[in-house]
Amino acid sequence: MEQTKAKRRPMALLLELFRGSRILYLVAAVFMLATVFCNFLLPQMIRFVVDNVVGGEPVSDMPLIPGLVEWLGGTGALRDRLPLMGFLAVVLAAVGGLCNFIYHRSLSCGAEGMIKRLRDRLYSHIQKLPYQWHVAIQTGDIIQRCTSDVDVVRNFLVNQLLEMARTIVLVVVAYSLLFPMNFNMALASALFLPVIFAYSFVFLSKVSNRFLAADEAEGQLLSIAQENFTGVRVVRAFGRERHEVDQFDKQNHHFANLWMHLGKLLSSYWGLGDLITGLQMITICVMGAFEAAKGNITVGGFIVFLTYNSMTIWPVRGLGRILSEASKTGVSLGRLGEILDAEPETDPVDALEAPVDGDIVFDHVSFSYGDAPVLRDVSFTVEKGTTLGILGATGSGKTTVAHLICRLYDLSGDGSNGAITIGGVNVNRFQRDWLRKNVGIVLQEPFLYSRTIKDNIAALSGHYSPDEIREAARISCVDDAIEQFESGYDTIVGERGVTLSGGQKQRVAIARTILGDPAVMIFDDSLSAVDTETDTRIRGALAGRTKGVTTLIIAHRITSIRDADKVIVMDDGRIVEMGTPQELMELGGVYRRIHDMQESIVESEAM
Amino acid sequence: MSYFEEERYDKPFSLSVWKGMLPFFRPFRSQMLQVTILMLICSLVDVFIPLYQKYIIDTFIVPRNTAGIWPVAVVGVVGMLVQLIATVVFTRTAMKVEMGFSRDLKKALFDHLQTLSLSYYNTTPVGYIIARVMSDTSRIGGLVAWGLVDVMWGVSYVIFAMIAMVALDWRLGIILVIMVPFMALITWWFQNRILKYNRVVRRTNSRITGSFNEGINGARTSKTLVIEDINSREFAALTGEMYGSSVRAATLAAIYMPVILMFGAIAVAIIMVNGGGYVMGGTMLFGTLSAMISYAVNIFDPIQQMARVFSDVIATQANIERVQALLDREPEIVDSPAVVEKYGDSFNPRRENWEPLHGDIRFDDVTFRYPDGGDDVLENFSLDVKAGTCVAIVGETGAGKSTLVNLVCRFFEPTSGRILIDGRDYRERSQLWLHSNIGYVLQSPHLFSGNIRENIRYGNLDATDEEIMAAARMVSADKVLEKLPKGLDSDVGEGGDRLSTGEKQLISFARAVLADPRIFVLDEATSSIDTDTERLIQNAISNILKDRTSFLIAHRLSTIKMADLILVVRDGKIVEQGTHRELLQKKGYYRDLYTMQYQKEMTFEK
Repeated sequence: MEQTKAKRRPMALLLELFRGSRILYLVAAVFMLATVFCNFLLPQMIRFVVDNVVGGEPVSDMPLIPGLVEWLGGTGALRDRLPLMGFLAVVLAAVGGLCNFIYHRSLSCGAEGMIKRLRDRLYSHIQKLPYQWHVAIQTGDIIQRCTSDVDVVRNFLVNQLLEMARTIVLVVVAYSLLFPMNFNMALASALFLPVIFAYSFVFLSKVSNRFLAADEAEGQLLSIAQENFTGVRVVRAFGRERHEVDQFDKQNHHFANLWMHLGKLLSSYWGLGDLITGLQMITICVMGAFEAAKGNITVGGFIVFLTYNSMTIWPVRGLGRILSEASKTGVSLGRLGEILDAEPETDPVDALEAPVDGDIVFDHVSFSYGDAPVLRDVSFTVEKGTTLGILGATGSGKTTVAHLICRLYDLSGDGSNGAITIGGVNVNRFQRDWLRKNVGIVLQEPFLYSRTIKDNIAALSGHYSPDEIREAARISCVDDAIEQFESGYDTIVGERGVTLSGGQKQRVAIARTILGDPAVMIFDDSLSAVDTETDTRIRGALAGRTKGVTTLIIAHRITSIRDADKVIVMDDGRIVEMGTPQELMELGGVYRRIHDMQESIVESEAM
Repeated sequence: MSYFEEERYDKPFSLSVWKGMLPFFRPFRSQMLQVTILMLICSLVDVFIPLYQKYIIDTFIVPRNTAGIWPVAVVGVVGMLVQLIATVVFTRTAMKVEMGFSRDLKKALFDHLQTLSLSYYNTTPVGYIIARVMSDTSRIGGLVAWGLVDVMWGVSYVIFAMIAMVALDWRLGIILVIMVPFMALITWWFQNRILKYNRVVRRTNSRITGSFNEGINGARTSKTLVIEDINSREFAALTGEMYGSSVRAATLAAIYMPVILMFGAIAVAIIMVNGGGYVMGGTMLFGTLSAMISYAVNIFDPIQQMARVFSDVIATQANIERVQALLDREPEIVDSPAVVEKYGDSFNPRRENWEPLHGDIRFDDVTFRYPDGGDDVLENFSLDVKAGTCVAIVGETGAGKSTLVNLVCRFFEPTSGRILIDGRDYRERSQLWLHSNIGYVLQSPHLFSGNIRENIRYGNLDATDEEIMAAARMVSADKVLEKLPKGLDSDVGEGGDRLSTGEKQLISFARAVLADPRIFVLDEATSSIDTDTERLIQNAISNILKDRTSFLIAHRLSTIKMADLILVVRDGKIVEQGTHRELLQKKGYYRDLYTMQYQKEMTFEK
């Protein structure tokens, strides 16, 4: 991870996501404008009816309208054709409704599409991130980001973004119509807007930390409950029910009180907001009376003022809330950007898809995780088609050997730390996926997907027939156990299904690897939870199936590697013994000692 | 397990479901009445506003008159102040009802959960219980308070507005009154469908969370299998589904809005046409026309709100039913009234009547089957454990080693037969009496959030710091404390996360020692612990076992060897029993197990 790309800024990520939804957002924006336009026309129509048709005032300040009126036969004719006006109003509403529908529909397609792309990118990016990254992360944190933070972004895209734009358009359109009608009244009414906006924004920003405190209190309450339920045996065993109830009560009250206090703040906020809104209305009424007396405003104009005011004041109040929440979106985008900025595994363009079936050679390999060296100058060769056993204590570097072969970790390319070759080709030259397809590894703690056993053995691929799957299960001696489940191979495993024992899991994982027919197979302590007898049976069956396959068996049980062609014994990152099992027995070193202990001491204790 | 997933809920409104909540409503009766009255005031003010505007138009605007405007303005301001006060008070009160109601419900559930038997916990995922205690209660509380607010406001607004319209001009008023039910019906129809789609969206969303979970946890294995692309493709299919259902839900909402607004527009058109005629004919005032239009535009808002609340009421029935089912669940293990009379219950023990516990335990012809079905796991099992004996239980993971321990602790009771403690059936004394005499250390030791002092003191709430330290020293937990800068005050993190497994185990030993129990139960950790800690733990165990009757679910050879008696469990049943040597000589299943464990542990003994 030496080379970190320049940090992506939240805004840049947002713009990236917009690509692909641009047209939909454009359509949404256009129809949003059209909707606002239609919404504003209806009050104008009412005004026209009230003032010009009913009130008989001369048609004055609106463009186009006089021409239209003339065309319809003048106001006099319209008096007799009021139903026509009604019809027009309904048509206008219908057009507005249609625009509104298109606006919301394309907005939702655009936003949901962005969210889909964001989720897909996160998921496949995470799949492609190096092994190292997966070892280092806190799973819960990453899942939290992929779910909650995405939800925050979604809320912003669906609800907040265009709503902000719409509010601004509303205000601009409303006041550009109102000011020509009556400057003083428009000014008085407009003065309320910054007040109500600033009031909402400042208040909500101020109390946001109180919301946070309430959320935290809820989190604590939840963890008290959770710890009580998961620790129920401890609670009961110590007879601490009373104590637990008291603790829960205390936090429960604390949490409720925090919200009740928030309720007080919110009540003033809402109440005062209503008051400001109401005062704006009364101001317009009073000013309207004076302006009307001077002949500066008509009845219809007055109604338009009232209507536009109620149309704008609520969105402006909402704008304060949206802006105070929008800052969260930036934070969330930043957290998601961190995941997307992590460097995924890549292959150079000239990566090979050559056969992976020659001798495996470790040539003076040294390797360290950060500063901690795990392999020191390790050299050995596994001839094609033979079996190598690796024995060693926890932390001696056995697993690292396995991980390096299938490039879960990469050896630096410059050769300063030695080289690993398969059939003479440096493993770094292979295309990564190709290498891994050809090197089957059964991890120490294999993961089973929460699907059917069948799907698990087939590694989610549909290529294999049920017979092939069964055959693999038979070789890894798990067929019988599977048949005992009610739904056999269709049994779902994991959280939503049955729980397999450690040994069963390992054997399913072995079957899965066998089915892939790799040229190299690595068993990383994969039989540790299986008893000696089954271990022997599995290895017997495997030997039949895997003739010609180069095999590495990492184990702590002598019997598991007794039949290997060659064994290496590792200690603290070095190879301390190497040879055939026979040679190592004769050598009388670590291997011999372990062998003797494992074979004999049980007998002596029984004496 | 599908039982625990979010189920569909299509039942109609049912009063009996809500009846169960009656006791929880009682403390908030007066507050709910208060909210009801305040909402009436709020909607009165809201209905008053168009009338106010009408008055302004007819008295000032049309006649171009300003005389007397100021008193009218004052009336308006007073109206606004009334609304301010009503809003402030109803918001506070509603919040009190919401939080109080869900607080009481949470408490009732939590208290009840303390009495439920372990069989309940064994068969129910913790997440499910948490959802009942935390989210269901909040949801119900929220609906009770804010549903009331919205419904009272909505209903009274619609009624007041209709009265006002008919009173202003019955000819137009009647038209609007006729329209209201249609709007309500359409709203109801849409609301239900939107709700249904939203539920699909929520379900898909939780599947996406599950997928992320698996994608991240399984990523390492996926790499070795080279199925990253398959995973990503499947995930994309899932997000595709999500896209589809989200857009469908949004589309429905996008259709609903224009449809309902059309009704408003038609109403406005009718008023405009007829009202315009009336005004020209002199039978109606301008202001009346304006007020009528306002009502026609505004009335759909309360209707929409009521429809939403009614759908919520029905949806929340599912939450209530689940909460009710939990509250109604009877604990499977209860002390008889006579026992409670003498020894007290879990919350109010009568310690003065408790006899001391000596430690003889006898299984007398015990047959046992887990309550959730299956075979008998014990059949006519008898065993005499004298005080001070150490019994080890060995077997593979998942073989059922915990059964005996569960019975001894009375987490479960025998299906038939008796378990005698100091010669008396343990059902003759209270659970708390027994539990107070048992020290229990779990496989994956469970610590509570908080500092080390609080965790150790859990064993004896009255213990002083000196006693806590003495207990810690006895099990070598003081070695852990030395390494921590804050000593006893060090925070252990959530679930003890900041400590290693071995350290957690030592702390939980100290906790058990502090309780000074006569019976000690140890479920040994399988996970690997470094050699130094391992030695400390072995020391601690042998210290604790002295003079106590003990049951060890053992994995390590050194622990197994401490036992006076070994019980070997396979497939849930006890297949062999005897001393270590006897069992080895038998060359049976125990010998296999022992050999395997031996090979595991003896790999690199230096």
